[in-house]
Amino acid sequence: MSTLLDIRHVAAAYGESQVLFDISLAIGEGEVATLLGRNGMGKTTTIRAICGFIPLSAGCIEFSGATIAGDRPAQIAKRGIALVPEGRQIFPNLTVKEHLLAFAANRSGNRDPWTVAKVFSVFPQLAERANHLGNQLSGGEQQMLAIGRALTTNPRLLILDEATEGLAPLIREEIWHCLASLRAVGQTILVIDKYVQRLINLADHHTIIEKGRGVWQGSSAALDADHGIWHRHLGV
Amino acid sequence: MTQLVIEQALNGLQFGLMLFLLAAGLTLVFGIMDMINLSHGSLYMGGAYLGAAATHASGSFLIGMLTSMAGMAVIGVLLEITLLRKLYQRDHLVQVLATFALILIANEVVRMLWGSKPLMLNPPANLAGPVELLGFSYPAYRLLIIAVGITVAGLLYLLVTRTRTGMWVRAGASNREMAEVLGINVRRLFTGVFALGAALCALAGILLGPLLAVQVGMGESILILSFVVIVIGGIGSIRGALIGSLLVGSVDTLGRALLPTLLRSVTAPEIARQLGPAIASILIYLLMAGILFWRPQGLFPARG
Ligand SMILES: Nc1ncnc2c1ncn2[C@@H]1O[C@H](COP(=O)(O)OP(=O)(O)OP(=O)(O)O)[C@@H](O)[C@H]1O
Ligand SMILES: [Mg+2]
Repeated sequence: MSTLLDIRHVAAAYGESQVLFDISLAIGEGEVATLLGRNGMGKTTTIRAICGFIPLSAGCIEFSGATIAGDRPAQIAKRGIALVPEGRQIFPNLTVKEHLLAFAANRSGNRDPWTVAKVFSVFPQLAERANHLGNQLSGGEQQMLAIGRALTTNPRLLILDEATEGLAPLIREEIWHCLASLRAVGQTILVIDKYVQRLINLADHHTIIEKGRGVWQGSSAALDADHGIWHRHLGV
Repeated sequence: MTQLVIEQALNGLQFGLMLFLLAAGLTLVFGIMDMINLSHGSLYMGGAYLGAAATHASGSFLIGMLTSMAGMAVIGVLLEITLLRKLYQRDHLVQVLATFALILIANEVVRMLWGSKPLMLNPPANLAGPVELLGFSYPAYRLLIIAVGITVAGLLYLLVTRTRTGMWVRAGASNREMAEVLGINVRRLFTGVFALGAALCALAGILLGPLLAVQVGMGESILILSFVVIVIGGIGSIRGALIGSLLVGSVDTLGRALLPTLLRSVTAPEIARQLGPAIASILIYLLMAGILFWRPQGLFPARG
């Protein structure tokens, strides 16, 4: 299995204030990996570095064997990285259907690519709302749309930043179910979330960061076996 | 009286459509790049001068119009790539100061090239006279402006609301980072938007040339009206720009034409004569204040 995303000893800062000191993380093709850590430890910042929004002050990031640090966000996206961002970031002035049409591409060369119809079949609520504007949706619908929008680019790597945050339990279940079926069809995923037990069931391996540094890495079995890690690093 | 109202309503529509040609570009520049571009009015002035010069040289209004649109699109792209692009990351005060300097430079350049006397620009000869319309006569040339305005506004509306490019523009206007991370090169998209905006400014400039004087400083007054329009409509929204333009165009035109008469029927003629023009000239600002009081983000906010 080949490595799709390889982050090595990355450091980065917002202006003067350094947030990432030493982050390393590798994800193989078809794997599901997580990035864990308490609030404000640098998870979202790591994602922003991958997506090209903040420059690295040290280390490197490779995607599919090519270095991507220094590329513009749009170039990185075109290589096949799609983001379901923190806060969903739905466009208030685009309809549901437009969200799913505007950025459609087949960046992974998927033989059965994600289309509007396929997204609608996975999230039937969205189909009923096809012509509603983004700002007319409920939080759960916005989250489904954010996932659907990322999927229509048929990414090689799907990144989800707190995709279940602030959702009702039933909707959260729907999202977990969706991620499990994505995994089943071989989608490579990097996920950030708070529900450690769910992530253990979903993912292959985990990286925990604290104050911008990697402090633990291991498989789901290893994380499941030692709940001391949860208490020490995640506060749960 | 009815005839006056209809005539002024048509004038208001015509002026509103021309305002839309300017406001469309302005609102997208402001919405996508968060950039206040005061020199937008200079593109309008440049378009009028270039159009007048090309019309005189070629003897054809149509050729003048197309030359001016193409010329200003090129100038707009050069301006964007060499200068304005460097201002996007700066704060609004820097943008205002730098683009105000551009206004002064543009006015000086025009004065050097064409002198300080206003240029004459005649409407096409076959449209110079009036036509009969609903029992009264109305200038044919103004009807042409209305027709061109409606056509261009319609095409622009379709472009923004019905095409993928339009979706990207709207997405970029409401959340630039998110559009980028989905693979849209917002910078390149924006250069295209800027070129189109400049061409529309030029179109408004040459169409209004025969009605208003082609002169140095013509861009400033219309620039202020355009800002009023985009604030009313909601910054970054094309639909807002269209509705705002039609509102401002008709309120301004009808107010100036009818308010003194209306006031005369309720107050003494002396007071009406003084108060009428004074109120008429601030009417659109009252409109803006009223709309902002009711909807602080404008009628169609593009941002969430
Ligand atoms: N734009 C910014 N400028 C300066 N500092 C920032 C900025 N964004 C985040 N930070 C700081 O960087 C640190 C890491 O933030 P980040 O958003 O990456 O954390 P996180 O792990 O995603 O947390 P959460 O679980 O709350 O989402 C925090 O201390 C935060 O205050
Ligand atoms: Mg975060």
